[in-house]
Amino acid sequence: MEGRRSMGVNVTMNINGKAHSVDTEPRMLLVDFIREKIGLTGTNIGCDTTQCGACTVHMDGMAVKSCTVLAVQADGSDVATIEGLATDGVLHPMQQAFWDEHGLQCGYCTPGMIMAATKLVEGNPDISDEEIRHGLEGNICRCTGYQNIVKAVKVAAQAA
Amino acid sequence: MSRFVGKSFKRVEDPRFLQGQGSYVANLQRPGMAYVAILRSPHAHARIVGIDASAAEALDGVIAVYKGQDLIDGGVGPLPCGWVVPELKIPERWPIVPDCVRHVGDGVAVVVADSPYVAEDALELIEVDYEPLPVSLGARATTEYRATQIHDGIPNNTAYTWALGDEQAMRKAFAEAAHVVELDLINQRLIPNAMEPRACMAEWDAAMEEMTVWTTSQNPHPIRLLLSAFTLGIPENKLRVISPDVGGGFGSKIFHYPEEVVVPWVARAIQRPAKWVSTRSEAFMTDSQGRDHVTNVKMAMQRDGVITGLHVQTWADQGAYLSTFAPLIPTALSITLFSGLYKIPGIWGEMKGTLTNTVPVDAYRGAGRPEASYLLERIVELGAKKMGMDPIAFRRLNLIPAEEFPYQTPVAFQYDSGNYQGLFDKLEELSDYGQLRAEQQVQRAAGKLWGVGVSGCIEASGPAPSAVAGSLGSAVGLWESGTVRVHPSGKVTALTGSHAHGQGHETTFAQVVAEELNIEIEDVEIIHGDTGRIPFGMGTYGSRSAAVGGSALVRSAERVREKMIKIAAHQMESRPEDVYFDDETRTIRVQGATDEGMTFGAVAMAAYTAHDLPPDIEPGLDETAFFDPSNFTFPNSAHLAVVSIDRETGEITLEKYVGVDDVGKVINPLIVDGQLVGGVAQGVGQALWEHGIYGEDGQLLTGSMLDYAMPRADRFPTIQTGRIETPSPTNPLGVKGAGEMGTIAGTVTVANAVMDALAPLGVDHVEMPFTSEKIWQTIQSHSDS
Amino acid sequence: MYPANFNYVRAGSVAEALSLIESEEDAKFLAGGHSLIPTMKLRLAEPSTLVDIGRIEDLRGISYGSGDEPDCIGSLTSHATIATSQLPCALVEAARGIGDPQVRNRGTIGGNIAHADPASDLPTVLTALEATIRVAGPEGTRNIEAGDFFTGLFETGLKDNELITVISVPREESGAGSAYAKLFNPASRYAVVGASAVVTLDAGKIVRARVAVGGLTATAVRCGAVEAALEGNSSSADAIKEASSQVAADVVDDILEDVHASAEYRLGIIPVFVARAVQSACSRAA
Repeated sequence: MEGRRSMGVNVTMNINGKAHSVDTEPRMLLVDFIREKIGLTGTNIGCDTTQCGACTVHMDGMAVKSCTVLAVQADGSDVATIEGLATDGVLHPMQQAFWDEHGLQCGYCTPGMIMAATKLVEGNPDISDEEIRHGLEGNICRCTGYQNIVKAVKVAAQAA
Repeated sequence: MSRFVGKSFKRVEDPRFLQGQGSYVANLQRPGMAYVAILRSPHAHARIVGIDASAAEALDGVIAVYKGQDLIDGGVGPLPCGWVVPELKIPERWPIVPDCVRHVGDGVAVVVADSPYVAEDALELIEVDYEPLPVSLGARATTEYRATQIHDGIPNNTAYTWALGDEQAMRKAFAEAAHVVELDLINQRLIPNAMEPRACMAEWDAAMEEMTVWTTSQNPHPIRLLLSAFTLGIPENKLRVISPDVGGGFGSKIFHYPEEVVVPWVARAIQRPAKWVSTRSEAFMTDSQGRDHVTNVKMAMQRDGVITGLHVQTWADQGAYLSTFAPLIPTALSITLFSGLYKIPGIWGEMKGTLTNTVPVDAYRGAGRPEASYLLERIVELGAKKMGMDPIAFRRLNLIPAEEFPYQTPVAFQYDSGNYQGLFDKLEELSDYGQLRAEQQVQRAAGKLWGVGVSGCIEASGPAPSAVAGSLGSAVGLWESGTVRVHPSGKVTALTGSHAHGQGHETTFAQVVAEELNIEIEDVEIIHGDTGRIPFGMGTYGSRSAAVGGSALVRSAERVREKMIKIAAHQMESRPEDVYFDDETRTIRVQGATDEGMTFGAVAMAAYTAHDLPPDIEPGLDETAFFDPSNFTFPNSAHLAVVSIDRETGEITLEKYVGVDDVGKVINPLIVDGQLVGGVAQGVGQALWEHGIYGEDGQLLTGSMLDYAMPRADRFPTIQTGRIETPSPTNPLGVKGAGEMGTIAGTVTVANAVMDALAPLGVDHVEMPFTSEKIWQTIQSHSDS
Repeated sequence: MYPANFNYVRAGSVAEALSLIESEEDAKFLAGGHSLIPTMKLRLAEPSTLVDIGRIEDLRGISYGSGDEPDCIGSLTSHATIATSQLPCALVEAARGIGDPQVRNRGTIGGNIAHADPASDLPTVLTALEATIRVAGPEGTRNIEAGDFFTGLFETGLKDNELITVISVPREESGAGSAYAKLFNPASRYAVVGASAVVTLDAGKIVRARVAVGGLTATAVRCGAVEAALEGNSSSADAIKEASSQVAADVVDDILEDVHASAEYRLGIIPVFVARAVQSACSRAA
């Protein structure tokens, strides 16, 4: 490892509709790229083992855990983060439902939870509690016991 | 008629979290910031023979590498223990150890680099020569004759012994008992795992000689005090500690941690801002852990099932060092609750706080009270079984009657209020208890393992008053501060010494202040978590914020209100006793007068223009109160769970959960229910999945979320909640605290349900967590029953 | 947790990937990265070069066979794609239970089997399905039977300079059904134990059975004794239960033990999961 310096790579990414072209080490994780290079810190890091889902973002329309994707793997991709969800100051229905149903407490898992949930309900307005609970198995919340999150996702599914 | 208190309001703090704008410490940046990483011991116990950091120091991008002795030479002091029980032996604990590591994760060197990636590269290049030493593990085993001594001067690895109660009455009860039940049990090691890992950032202003520290703390002022007086030595008036948005704490962010010393020390040493962010892996080996009690409990009963005595002996594993409040948890927060909801004349509790080569143990959601409830509600369950009584009927036989409050227990506490029979009335109604028992007959007839478990739990919240806390060992007071600052325009900023890390104080406290001042919630902003902005405050733990912090705001708002009445009376040429805040018009008016009175803003402006104030009134509208309650509050609960067990695999399914709680008056039902449900999930986690397991060599075998099972969404049914309200008489809001009851009750309720499911096999007790394997093994070994 | 430094090269084709893996020292292929990146973050793996094969479109997607032709799954096909595919039920069922939705979106079948985690679900299913793993190397392509592919704990028959290109799975014959059943590890969602079964029924009798189990030993194990006990017998619950108990004869030595499950427990419950998989496969075959 000693003295091993890899060449920088240029990564181009469209994040929340805005194009970015940034030089980075190839080892940089997508989550660090978004947080440190782009300065969007809404995407959180909660574990090192791809368990907690706090870092969930959308990459080319799919929910992914950005702690387990290299930024270079997302080169040329469209990435959406929690910061891009509201439009013109109006909350996304999922954000609104989390607010209305008290689906968050400390707020740390919330961005990842919301990003996972928006994909979960796509094309499934009548999603059941059980489907929601299974669909959120990649997102850990320590505060809420999930109950109000399930409620919120259900409400948002119907609103969307 | 209250406009705000008692009603559900959406949280005002949520928009920033919902949009990814939370200001967690890890998100903060300062210009020129350096990154700190800490080399962790891979050994549970070893002497450090030498450290060669030359390769790390030579790495491009590394600013400095420091060893433990560098920090000591640089003026850093050992981390103190802030709860001193009699004859406590406090092991020396250095932020970075100079000579001997005592748990896996103990810090041995500090790397400072230009980027976190390089800092981690440098960690790999540091060579440490360790001489491994034998390890000592197990709360009770560590006290044995042959155990390795972990610290000089602490024989038998026993930091303290403590006892409370009426030993004579206990002995009498057992001597005269018709029935005695006994149980050995373990309340296993847990890992708090707040979703936000800890972090610390610091910036040194050399010109002003001022240090600012941003840290993930539940109580920034006590951290500032400890940094100043013990570990860092910067005067309190030159030290600002900011605890901004914090992503959950559950107790684990109360304590003064090594990194809070290291990071500011580094920032001053390199004259650059510095930041450290814990990884989850580090969190598993450095965040204070929870529980880990080994207990023997005996209960004495009369012929009719009336409980007369309780004798408890516990060994509490405190880990390798005494964390900030470690000795408090098994003592004054646990033995004091051994009476539970019951009249038990003879209670005697004995506790040993012991040291092992593991991560330090301190408060974790519930903190001592879940341990008390677990042992009591398990032995009560066995008592009911022994008597052949329904578990609710047995509890009802022994409950403290509603008319006996205040009730003095034999273990120091005087319970203020409650209606324990009422709890069970409501629980039976909500859960349709009779029907559940009928269904159980059907399930059992079909060969199913299907259990119903109940519990009745008590909690002591809002530790108080300060004088009593002091007599029990506290090095700090346990009051809270609150400031209500009315600006000339009539907008209000309220400062609280409580700290929110998920509890929603910005909403709840705005409700309280708006109610008192007859203004809108939107007109009140709550500020917390910054020693540069708020008066000294004690922070948030022990479900204390509403009862103590909320009450401080009520007191300061009352003072504002009184002053405004005097000013308004003067301005309207009336007598103060005739002036009132009119709920309907939101104005300040004179009784019987027909004019519109004065608006809140007009009175506020008058206070600041000070052109025409009453002679004895100072300008301004800014009041601070320090509320020191006369007693703890005592939230209480009756919970029920239904579980089914897969006989073939041992897998448990939680089928139903109902919790009835008396948390006193409720300020915001939406938030209180959220606390209770979230608390239950955490309690269920302990019963079914969570376990910090150490191997024989002191390695944490469940050191990541791949191995430590966190509760997930798909493992829960909808948790039903119900409430009864008996207001606490010891604070102006009548609240008791809602933060921990769910966790306290959740664990033992599910445990009782699992034992009830296994009862047909002749099983009395299984240790938590009830993993599939443990249950399967139990079924196998009882398969002929 | 950050990976150590490495050089990064992106391959546009299988040929380029094979040439890069030869020319770069200590290089590893990177597909979805869901096995490799976590290992690199923990610095348990520190390859000098990653050859990113993630954009070789030829390797992505499923082409369904017809007649006797097998279904062919490109090695870059994600678990999410498999979970919603028309592939044999056992495979679909296993893919649905891997990790969580986000992991399934990124994790690939090729990466998964190359990693050869004993707790992984796919090796068990591919073994039962008698899948064939096609690998490309400097000397051309070769086929490896799934049963031979997994050689040990995190070990496969794949050489360092070879790349998995296609996993081909025989199509289910008429009257056949397949299933996968597992005990989830409550922390990681991996299998504590897992069992997969492929059966063909004729008039209520099991005429052909293929069974494999995973999570018990270093690799997935084909269960000849169970198969023999099933074939020619009734598909009644009792008969299946009886046959499933033969699994003890198929997995004997070196049973895994860890903090989650003892060898005794793994051995004790595996007949249950075998029976559940067979039962479910039978109901799908009927």
